[in-house]
Amino acid sequence: MKRLSRLALAAALMLALAVPVSAQVSDGVVKIGVLNDMSGVYSDLCGPGSVEAVKMAVEDFGGKVLGKPIEVVSADHQNKADIGANVANKWIDVDKVDVIVDLPNTAVCLAVQKICQDKNRINLISTGASVILTNKNCSPTGFHWTYDNYALGKGTGTAMVKEGGDTWFFLTADYAFGHDLEKSTAEAVTKSGGTVKGSVRHPFPCNDFSSFLLQAQASKAKVIGLANAGGDTINAVKQAAEFGIVQAGQRLAGLLVFISDIHSLGLKTAQGLVVTTGFYWDQNDETRAWSKKWSARMNGRMPTMAQAGCYSATMHYLKAVQAAGSDEAKAVAKKMREIPVNDFFAKNGKVREDGRMVHDMLLAQVKKPEDSKYAWDYYKILRVIPGDEAYKPISETECPYLLEKK
Amino acid sequence: MFELIGIPPQALFGQMLLGLINGAFYAVLSLGLALIFGLLNVINFTHGAQYMLGAYVAWLLLNFLGINYWLALVLAPVVVGAFGILLERLMLRKLYHLDHLYGLLLTFGLALIIEGVFRNLYGISGQSYPVPPVLTGGYNLGFMFLPLYRGWVVFVSLVVCLGTWLVIEKTKLGSYLRAGTENPTLVQAFGINVPRMITLTYGFGVGLAALAGVLAAPIYQVKPTMGADMIIVVFAVVVIGGMGSIMGSVVTGFMLGLLEGLTKVFYPEASNTVIFVVMAVVLLIKPAGLFGKAS
Repeated sequence: MKRLSRLALAAALMLALAVPVSAQVSDGVVKIGVLNDMSGVYSDLCGPGSVEAVKMAVEDFGGKVLGKPIEVVSADHQNKADIGANVANKWIDVDKVDVIVDLPNTAVCLAVQKICQDKNRINLISTGASVILTNKNCSPTGFHWTYDNYALGKGTGTAMVKEGGDTWFFLTADYAFGHDLEKSTAEAVTKSGGTVKGSVRHPFPCNDFSSFLLQAQASKAKVIGLANAGGDTINAVKQAAEFGIVQAGQRLAGLLVFISDIHSLGLKTAQGLVVTTGFYWDQNDETRAWSKKWSARMNGRMPTMAQAGCYSATMHYLKAVQAAGSDEAKAVAKKMREIPVNDFFAKNGKVREDGRMVHDMLLAQVKKPEDSKYAWDYYKILRVIPGDEAYKPISETECPYLLEKK
Repeated sequence: MFELIGIPPQALFGQMLLGLINGAFYAVLSLGLALIFGLLNVINFTHGAQYMLGAYVAWLLLNFLGINYWLALVLAPVVVGAFGILLERLMLRKLYHLDHLYGLLLTFGLALIIEGVFRNLYGISGQSYPVPPVLTGGYNLGFMFLPLYRGWVVFVSLVVCLGTWLVIEKTKLGSYLRAGTENPTLVQAFGINVPRMITLTYGFGVGLAALAGVLAAPIYQVKPTMGADMIIVVFAVVVIGGMGSIMGSVVTGFMLGLLEGLTKVFYPEASNTVIFVVMAVVLLIKPAGLFGKAS
């Protein structure tokens, strides 16, 4: 009996040891789940366009990694953290998804990143904005790709102060994201020698900004910072034009603006807006070539930075799987940090220990209608902000597992 | 200079005026709702979608047929109103003998479908509709800059509200309508075609929603969710004013716009909620609404 149990134990041990060696790719397939807002306020700037970008990455990679097929699935989290968490759990437990991509909405990001960390899966955040995702709430297997509130606030805030816009008033969406964006921009403004004259928190979402704009006007601040996103930013910019705020000498700073917002606003209304972006489709030949390919599959629209970021993140993940020789999350995460990111989206981008992908950001100004020569010709690039300057330095990290290491 | 709780009077006047402008939208929309509820006893949940349709029809007319704002102001309500009449004939009519709830469910479902279709066709960020050239610019009133277009919105709303009220209270047609509301069977016995009157009333109410949509197009983005954002507030307005009370809904619309405007100055965080707080209080004290008749 004793012998038998020993034998069984040995067999079990062998089996346990044997599994990781023979099955480098778990379940014989690498499954990518794109989880984002497919129908709500953010669906134009990520949504189905992100899924298409991820599919393009898979096609460009050859459709197979380590000889195993790559599959793409997608779902709508409806901007609800509980739905996002349910999908992530089901994907990982039942559908054997290896990596979750895109993730707009910080609340959903937080929930899904935690699940991925606990269940040892990779998550690649492209649309999510908050700095905490690679800071206080960082994860060893979580990555933040395209931009974050720190880079946006710092890029636009510093540039505007330099140009003489040294007094600010904020219109802030009254939820975690807005507060975070206001805070990081206000820090950048004060650091560069400017002052913040005040702020007003508007409900989210908000249709009528006239009242808040009037308060901003009364503050006599030189710059009105819009710490909101999507439809809120669109309405605020549109109504600022209506109330003659820009003509009267105040300037608007859109802190999180996607090119889809500009398209929706039209150049007549949006002209002059200074924005920080992680990507612009018309920056060089490489970006144009990729964007046109994407555009052909998306009814002639042009990709936002979030959608382009999804491609880049997915491509990098697949390269890391190839290099690691396995789709086991920790091994892949290690390789993702080792390999530099070099594609149309980022040049010499590097993935930091805290999961932040550091790459150059662009400071852009929205063109006047007469300067726009063809469809989607919207931005004039004012400056390339080097990655190390744009993102929060790792020396200021509050990331728990990095602090433990120290 | 005197100040009121830390707010200079200029700012206060400005905010009150803005409140009235928003109130104008509430008034036109709730007028249509009240009219429909008064005569049809249907809680028209598609009202928001019909408001959105009005804006989209104007946008489509401009972009595909080159028809300008002024014509759209007439055409869009007619088109959407006709669509409403179709809806009433084909669907709503079959539900009159049932509980209110069925009408509500039907219109709610239709609203979701219409919104979904437009979301699918045009995406979520919406389209921009330019302010008509004659109405661009504005006046400096000293205490604030009043965009000409917003002034126009208030003017049109007042005319429409007053006109509707006059028709209903002072004309023969209005008396038929009122009688029809009280006792349709009796009115029919006098040889008046009540079903047709009901259909036309629904069409008119829907047309009002579309008119508000066209008025809103140059101010807000023309987008599929614009009605859903508005409809809840407008329902609150109708409930506060008293279901089915024409004057009540108009006055309450303007009043609540004003109240909301002031909240945006004193405590902006509550500006989305204040109308519902008022609704709760009114329902507790006067369940039939401020202008409603207790049944």
